[in-house]
Amino acid sequence: MARIKVIEEKCTGCGACVDACPFGAIRVEEMAVIDEEKCTLCGACVEACPLGALELEEVVRTGMDTSKYRGVWVFAEQRHGKVSGVAYELLNAGRRLADDLGEKLTAVVFGPIGEDAVRELIYRGADRVLWADDERLAQFHDDTYAGVLAEMAQAERPEIILCGATSIGRSFFPKAAAKLGTGLTADCTGLEIDKERRLLVQTRPAFGGNIMATILTPDHRPQMATVRHKVMKEAPRQEGREGEVVKWSPRPENLASRTTLVEFVEEVEETVNLADADIIVSGGRGLGGPENFALIRELAMLLGGAVGASRAAVDAGWIPYSHQVGQTGRTVSPKLYIACGISGAIQHLVGMQSSDVIVAINKDPEAPIFKVATFGIVGDLFEVVPALIERLKRRG
Amino acid sequence: MDIVVCIKQVPETTEVKIDPQTKTLVREGIPGIVNPFDMYAIEEGLRLKERYGGKVKVLTMGPPQAEDALREALAMGADEAVLLSDKALAGSDTLATSYALSMAVRKLGYDLVICGKQAIDGDTAQVGPEMAEHLGVPFVAWVRKVEEVSDGKIKVQRLMDDGYEVLEMPLPALITVVKEINEPRLPSLRGKMRARKAQIPVWTVEDIGADPSRVGLEGSPTQVVRVFTPERRAGGEILQGEPEEVADKLVEKLEAMGVI
Amino acid sequence: MPNYFLTEEQMMIRDLARQIAEEKVKPVRAELDEKEEFPWEIVRILAQADLFRVWVPEEYGGLGGGTLELCLATEELSRACAGVAVTYAGSALGGTPILLFGNEEQKRKYLPPLASGEKLAAFALTEPDAGSDAAAISTTAKKVDGGYVLNGTKQWITNGGEAEIYVVIAMTDKTKGARGASAFIVEKGWEGFGFGKKERKMGIRASATRELIFQDCFVPKENLLGREGMGFIVAMRTFDRTRPGIGAQSVGIAQGALDEALAYAHQRHQFGRPISSFQAIQHMLADMATQIEAARALVYYAARLIDSGEKDISKISAMAKLFASDVAMRVTTDAVQIFGGYGYMREYPVEKMMRDAKITQIYEGTNQIMRNIIAGELIKELASRR
Repeated sequence: MARIKVIEEKCTGCGACVDACPFGAIRVEEMAVIDEEKCTLCGACVEACPLGALELEEVVRTGMDTSKYRGVWVFAEQRHGKVSGVAYELLNAGRRLADDLGEKLTAVVFGPIGEDAVRELIYRGADRVLWADDERLAQFHDDTYAGVLAEMAQAERPEIILCGATSIGRSFFPKAAAKLGTGLTADCTGLEIDKERRLLVQTRPAFGGNIMATILTPDHRPQMATVRHKVMKEAPRQEGREGEVVKWSPRPENLASRTTLVEFVEEVEETVNLADADIIVSGGRGLGGPENFALIRELAMLLGGAVGASRAAVDAGWIPYSHQVGQTGRTVSPKLYIACGISGAIQHLVGMQSSDVIVAINKDPEAPIFKVATFGIVGDLFEVVPALIERLKRRG
Repeated sequence: MDIVVCIKQVPETTEVKIDPQTKTLVREGIPGIVNPFDMYAIEEGLRLKERYGGKVKVLTMGPPQAEDALREALAMGADEAVLLSDKALAGSDTLATSYALSMAVRKLGYDLVICGKQAIDGDTAQVGPEMAEHLGVPFVAWVRKVEEVSDGKIKVQRLMDDGYEVLEMPLPALITVVKEINEPRLPSLRGKMRARKAQIPVWTVEDIGADPSRVGLEGSPTQVVRVFTPERRAGGEILQGEPEEVADKLVEKLEAMGVI
Repeated sequence: MPNYFLTEEQMMIRDLARQIAEEKVKPVRAELDEKEEFPWEIVRILAQADLFRVWVPEEYGGLGGGTLELCLATEELSRACAGVAVTYAGSALGGTPILLFGNEEQKRKYLPPLASGEKLAAFALTEPDAGSDAAAISTTAKKVDGGYVLNGTKQWITNGGEAEIYVVIAMTDKTKGARGASAFIVEKGWEGFGFGKKERKMGIRASATRELIFQDCFVPKENLLGREGMGFIVAMRTFDRTRPGIGAQSVGIAQGALDEALAYAHQRHQFGRPISSFQAIQHMLADMATQIEAARALVYYAARLIDSGEKDISKISAMAKLFASDVAMRVTTDAVQIFGGYGYMREYPVEKMMRDAKITQIYEGTNQIMRNIIAGELIKELASRR
């Protein structure tokens, strides 16, 4: 069983480890004493100790022979025959990782999406496309998607696979990871290569975005990670770029699904799709009631933008969940985000703080949203928003 | 129908911060709550029991205080609770956790396993799907409604980004649920009194027959190496004046920046 | 939280009532007040949570608690909304006479649905010409074959029209004066039992207040509560038990107002500082808090005394109601004052609390009658010592 060991001959009780421990699990009584109840074996103290007096007792992890795994893969999700934008964002990140490793970048795509779409993946940076061009993979099912991806990974042994943290990705990718017996890190906001150790350094938020964690998958392959839509920028397009297209015939058992689709019910959002909008106007608790979203809609429409909402407004039933921005809603990063009557709790900020320009309108000068707003207006939104609308109308 | 609901006790994340002086996670005095998504899972289990009969058993993996979360579930009306707790489980990532939980679920016996979509501390949403893989059962994530259970099959609605899909799969199966599925009930007084007196067995790694090399730090392919506070964007400019003035200024600035 | 020496069960009741108040009542209280809407959804939630069971004995589906348990729940609900709280407590008021004076059949028939929250109860004594002068009621109950026929009107009945079970005090023999009234259990829907319009009130607007109209309403003899002539005794003994509940409602209203005022004072800046740093405000807050603590102590004591089986409870019960309701009126008025202009605006919660508080000084016996009772008891005690 693993634990952190204090090497008593080396420990001077300097307390550097106490400062480094995120969980308050160390105290100094002449020397460092680890509280095993609180210790999570994260190893931060081991790194922080200037005298090497702490060690994480050798953990024998039965992993894979990592040297046999090469290449960076990106799962290019398609839905109803169309490749999702997140695929191009992943190709952007994947290209960088592949270059750092000196390896090839492969896009993996399922379903009969057509040659043009496949070529697009190459234009966006893929050196190779692994294409399981089968009708039975057109519709997403966890059994088939996880089965085929695992099959491919077992045969080809990539060292990294990236996938979008979408409804599809967050569902089948963990199943694939469990099939492969490897590690998966969700919702990465940062991906880098540690060239010395040839490892993928994964950074992600935890505790609702209150803290960030850096994660490694040292002994297992492939290193799998998901990234949310709009967290990274799309790969630029290089028309005419050359690459290899390899068709893949999955094994019959991986083309069978235990779940069957009975029907798909589309729920179209009334205005511009939130995820792709360049401008978003959001309303929060400060609106006071559902009817006041009319004001938000008016402003959004004038700007050609979409309507967003904080969790408070959605929970109060003023607007459907599809408009919710935040930790448990959508992550957005538009050019302009206007937050009206939203206090800016961390759970909301996590969903929109990467927007280029943030405008906040709130009665409360202490509202946390003002700490991240590019432009802050302390005032009554019922006066400011109409004034904005008037001013924009006059623009012509 | 025998239902097992897997829940987690989490810190109230709105309260979790890093102390800027000591760089430690300030966890003192932060209440532990039942992961909000798991409340919907418990409620759905209870509703299915009311509709189809059977039992609802609640399972959690955690330190001894996670028992409180189980008692809350019992107070809502769950029939039995089990705490999976063992020092050997410390440091488990999602693969190790899902493996351990699936061994406990196997020991409990089940027709349906219900999990909340994700835990608000880890936010990975991985444990449910990974458990399904370990158990070897079909699963559907993001269930917003259980339409029907009949002839050994379950029909559910899966919430997608563009609408929802109606899917059917054979039991035994696993589902993860989203908030849209129901409104969790409050505990009742009789429930709370029953929960207070309930005996909750504690299972260890040995009790569930788990392979020790597949749990805890040893069984965790992923490793947290560093924890830090995120860089916050710096605040910008506060615009002052009457609404009309402020509106003017803002539009000017946004036009100048080429944003609108 | 200060220690009021409650048992674990009492704390459970209080905490659950508080959770419901915070999560379910607070978000809708303004709307319920604005629309004067009966809180059926909250009633359903309270029922599912087993809160209607607290005062009913176990053999009738209750949890076997007493006055203190009922007061704890009422106080917590009142912190969020007095209208919701009086709906809850009003049902206990209607059920208490059955608990105290009912025979086995009556208890077995009427207490379980009240305990489960399936049905609500109401207590009907007051009439247009008989308020404080309860003996002046003119609703008659004429003895007929198999039962009684009721004629008359009752006024300002809490839960009137929504409740299904009513305890009605009517005159069976006018010649006997104070011994001429009897108590009856009457069910909604019986022939000859109707309701007047819903009253529009200053406060507790979520609570339904209606006239009850009896026109040759036949009540079977099995529904006579206690014996003929015991009507006023039923009423008085019932009020002795339930007055601390009004005290609890008052304490809750006052506490809710103090909580709001304290938070506001801390956040409102004038002259460059939070107004909570000004001594004038601090003294007001201190007085408010002290009065509430004193009222709470008196209410809990009265409840505990009743629950101990003590027979002589009229004085303490009246004191609890009197003191706490006066505190509620003072504290809510001060709360509005602390909020200043904002306190007067409907958008902020304290003006409602002030409107709600007023009735506590009036119903279940006006505070003037409470003083009469207390003085009467004092003199009785003096006389008995001689």
